Amino acid sequence: MQNDAKLLLSVKNLRTSFFQDEGTTKAVDGASFDVSPGKTLGIVGESGCGKSVTAQSILRIVDRPGRIVDGEIVLTRADGSQTDLVKLEANGREMRSIRGGEIGLVFQEPMTSFSPVHTIGAQLIEAVLLHNAVSRKEARRRGIEALRSVGIPKPERRIDEYSFELSGGLRQRAMIAVALSCDPRLLIADEPTTALDVTTQAQILDLLRKIQRERGMAVMLITHNLGVIAEMADDVVVMYLGRAVEQGNVDDIFHDPKHPYTKALLQSIPSIDSVPRLKLPTISGSIPHPFNRPTGCPFHPRCASFMPGRCDTGEPQLKPVGAGRQVSCFLYE
Amino acid sequence: MAEFAAALEEGVVAEDRIAVATQWQLIWWRFRKHKLAVGGTIVLVAFYLVALFADFFAYVDPTESEAQRSLMAPQPIHWIDEGSFKPYVYALKGTRDPLTFKRVYVPDTSNKIPVTFFGRGEPYQLFGFITSDRHLIAVEGAKPSESLFLMGTDTHGRDLWSRLMHATRTSMTIGLVSVALSLVLGVVLGGISGYFGGAIDTVIQRIIEILRSIPTIPLWMGLAAALPADWSVVQVYFAITIIISLIGWTELARVVRGRFISLKQEDFVMAAELLGCSKSRIIFRHMVPSFISHIIAATTLAIPAIIISETSLSFLGLGLRPPAISWGVLLQDAQNIQALVISPWLLLPSLAVIVSVLAFNFMGDGIRDAADPYL
Amino acid sequence: MLAYIVRRLVLAVLTVWAISVLSFMIIHLPPGDYVTSYIASMSSSGSAVSEGEAQALREQLGLDKPITVQYAKWMGLILQGNFGMAMEWGRPVSDVIGDRLVLTMVISVAAIVFTWGIALPIGIYSAVYPYSFLDYLFTFIGFIGLAIPGFLLALVVMYVGFAYFGANVGGLFSPDFIEAPWSVAKIWDLTKHLPIPAIVLGVAGTAQLIRIMRSNLLDELRKPYVMTARARGLSEYRVVMRYPVRVALNPFVSTIGYLLPYVVSGSIIVSLVLSLPTVGPLLLKALIAQDMFLAGTIILMLGVMTVIGTFLSDLLLMWVDPRIRFGRE
Repeated sequence: MQNDAKLLLSVKNLRTSFFQDEGTTKAVDGASFDVSPGKTLGIVGESGCGKSVTAQSILRIVDRPGRIVDGEIVLTRADGSQTDLVKLEANGREMRSIRGGEIGLVFQEPMTSFSPVHTIGAQLIEAVLLHNAVSRKEARRRGIEALRSVGIPKPERRIDEYSFELSGGLRQRAMIAVALSCDPRLLIADEPTTALDVTTQAQILDLLRKIQRERGMAVMLITHNLGVIAEMADDVVVMYLGRAVEQGNVDDIFHDPKHPYTKALLQSIPSIDSVPRLKLPTISGSIPHPFNRPTGCPFHPRCASFMPGRCDTGEPQLKPVGAGRQVSCFLYE
Repeated sequence: MAEFAAALEEGVVAEDRIAVATQWQLIWWRFRKHKLAVGGTIVLVAFYLVALFADFFAYVDPTESEAQRSLMAPQPIHWIDEGSFKPYVYALKGTRDPLTFKRVYVPDTSNKIPVTFFGRGEPYQLFGFITSDRHLIAVEGAKPSESLFLMGTDTHGRDLWSRLMHATRTSMTIGLVSVALSLVLGVVLGGISGYFGGAIDTVIQRIIEILRSIPTIPLWMGLAAALPADWSVVQVYFAITIIISLIGWTELARVVRGRFISLKQEDFVMAAELLGCSKSRIIFRHMVPSFISHIIAATTLAIPAIIISETSLSFLGLGLRPPAISWGVLLQDAQNIQALVISPWLLLPSLAVIVSVLAFNFMGDGIRDAADPYL
Repeated sequence: MLAYIVRRLVLAVLTVWAISVLSFMIIHLPPGDYVTSYIASMSSSGSAVSEGEAQALREQLGLDKPITVQYAKWMGLILQGNFGMAMEWGRPVSDVIGDRLVLTMVISVAAIVFTWGIALPIGIYSAVYPYSFLDYLFTFIGFIGLAIPGFLLALVVMYVGFAYFGANVGGLFSPDFIEAPWSVAKIWDLTKHLPIPAIVLGVAGTAQLIRIMRSNLLDELRKPYVMTARARGLSEYRVVMRYPVRVALNPFVSTIGYLLPYVVSGSIIVSLVLSLPTVGPLLLKALIAQDMFLAGTIILMLGVMTVIGTFLSDLLLMWVDPRIRFGRE
């Protein structure tokens, strides 16, 4: 792991669990990765692997009964100092100024991410006012500019409309505008295109790339869609059951996957080059119930390279296997 | 392939540890966790036992009046007699009150009458054909009508405890009959409204809105006052029931309609239609099971309102009238504040109202929470 | 939006008409009419009324015509502002009712204000800190309030007042003000006497409201827009109050419409117990005496006032919830 002060965000060994009457769910169980300024980190994995909870943990908005139980989230501030977000009070002044100010969040559901009874302008202006000491008029102007910069036509009119008056694509753009309104240095996008049709998806991704170029902003893109990762990410983290199982830059991951899970994921993508009429390879088994985690390596019940005696007894840790590559698998130890 | 099957099996075995149960079992387990709801249910079972076996729980004829014993204070059971557990009450002797010269009864501390439980007392008919003379509380060597006054007496000298037992029977059953009527009306009309939509829905909705906008008490008062004074107790009882349910169905109808409307849009209903199921099959086999628990909850929660309505009407003198006995009728005696100050025990029946309403509410809440899949 | 208003207005008018028919029917349900009970009360006091006199009385009061004609006559009179004569009192109905109707509304509104003022903050607190000690405590108190019928609470209050303070806590005015004409001082006196009836009336509704608010808000708090608001960096207080609470409040505005008839009903019985100079005691006597004009007018007036209240609350809801303004109900 690089101990580079050039890193924008460094997550080390994050563990977040949900404590319920029926049992404890370890939603994130030892995730470590870094985000470099101006670059895009893609976090990929199946539903339920803890991607969203990771994003929520970074922003310290994990819902009760969830709690961060271990780990560090080190953010390098604009003035160069480093702050461990885990140590901050979740609703304290400092964390709140970081939230929305230095780190922005775009959600997956544009439909319900806006309050149904407030105009998008109200919510946009509120965000601006919260993080900048400006007048209302100035905040409104900035809001209109933000809407314009995400490609919403006639922003002066749209700013006073309600979320249900906008189409899905426009709503997602508006969401991005709100997240960008305070010029964050890191944008966390949690499945930003999942709820959109393919054409709109492409537009939104283009938009994200453009904004990133213009502002030198880092992006943490969370998705289960490998195609989106291939297109957008510079570095990739593959997660399974709350753990990072493989890390590296996007070319290495796609052309030379090391972890059996990554390999299986890539194999299951339908490709124009694959042999016709052959059954699509899938990953055997299914994600275990959260209360029923397998002992040892969490992937071993479904692993094609399962080594009995080794994989079901110990838990592998993330270890470097090359320049900028890390894998968590006994095959490489 | 073998690998696949093995992994599948392991998955299924693992899931068994979190067992798979039927919908009703799940609801029951969730319900059990609600201490208050379970407590409420137990209380209600007790109340209905009393309603069923009122004669057993009472110890005298509730209509037997004795003017000279009017407005006696409660005579509690004393549990310890000279160091051992031998419950007793004091006998009463008649004396003349020095101030009013009226004949009053006061406890005679020299004369102890032993109390037995499940003992013999005055005979009665259980369910109309089984004769019995066993009572919960009885006395030895004396007549219960002269010695037991656990809750005191009312203005006519009638024993309040026995009257309370019989009142419980009336009040608790009126609620059931009334809610059954409301349920039928509500489910039918609400279902038609919700399932068919369109013009029928609009008409029924408007009717419901109109009915809900009318203050109910004046309406009830009017309807109840309209009942001929010479109707028998039973006729009045049923008339009141019908009156109350005629307004009460609107709430249930709204719930049912809401459920039907949201269910109509569910994918599984469309799937059933596409499979070619008939309308009635869709309704009864697919839609009804998913909201039946909500209906049960709504019904349970409707009963306390009915109990309060009947009690209020009878309290005003517009509902059940003597010789019928219900909680409301019992509370009529408490209307006079001056009399109440002298004999506060006249308010005791109100405890029965409060406890039963609370119990119904707890139980209904418990059912509703247990049946809601989103909690 | 205009369509919505017009629809509500038409509905309101329809409801008023339905109420008038219902009130009229109710008055005429009991067998016999005013004259019969008049004869009965006359004979119990010793004097007799001959057939001829009875017939004349009937003609005078218009009681010998068919029902529909009587209804039409009644409606016609009402629309002219003539509410008829209260037969038992021998005075015009409007005289007898007088201030009472207004006072009924004043008490009902006071009860609603009390209910909302207490229930909403408690409901919000319970939803934000569910299963906490205070949540259980409030829920429990709320349940007690739910289980005690209004008149019972009124009885207990009267009893306590009488037995321990030797005071009659009933009534809406101090003795000097009862017959006095309206003045600022009288209004102040009324305000001083309002709390007890308002609380007694409002208690049951409070419990209900707390539960609804709590469950509505719990639902809303789970929705994504709350998390987005937090992600923007809003303080927890603002996150809760500005967004989910605003949304959860909407159903309440529409419930004013239904709260009003409920409270008005309740006020009738409570008025009887607390001897408040409102419409309740009057209605009871009128019904027993089969005084058609008086009873019918009271029921009609009560119904109309609640319909107006409902209509106003619909307008309020429309103003408060943009989703309705834009035609999506």
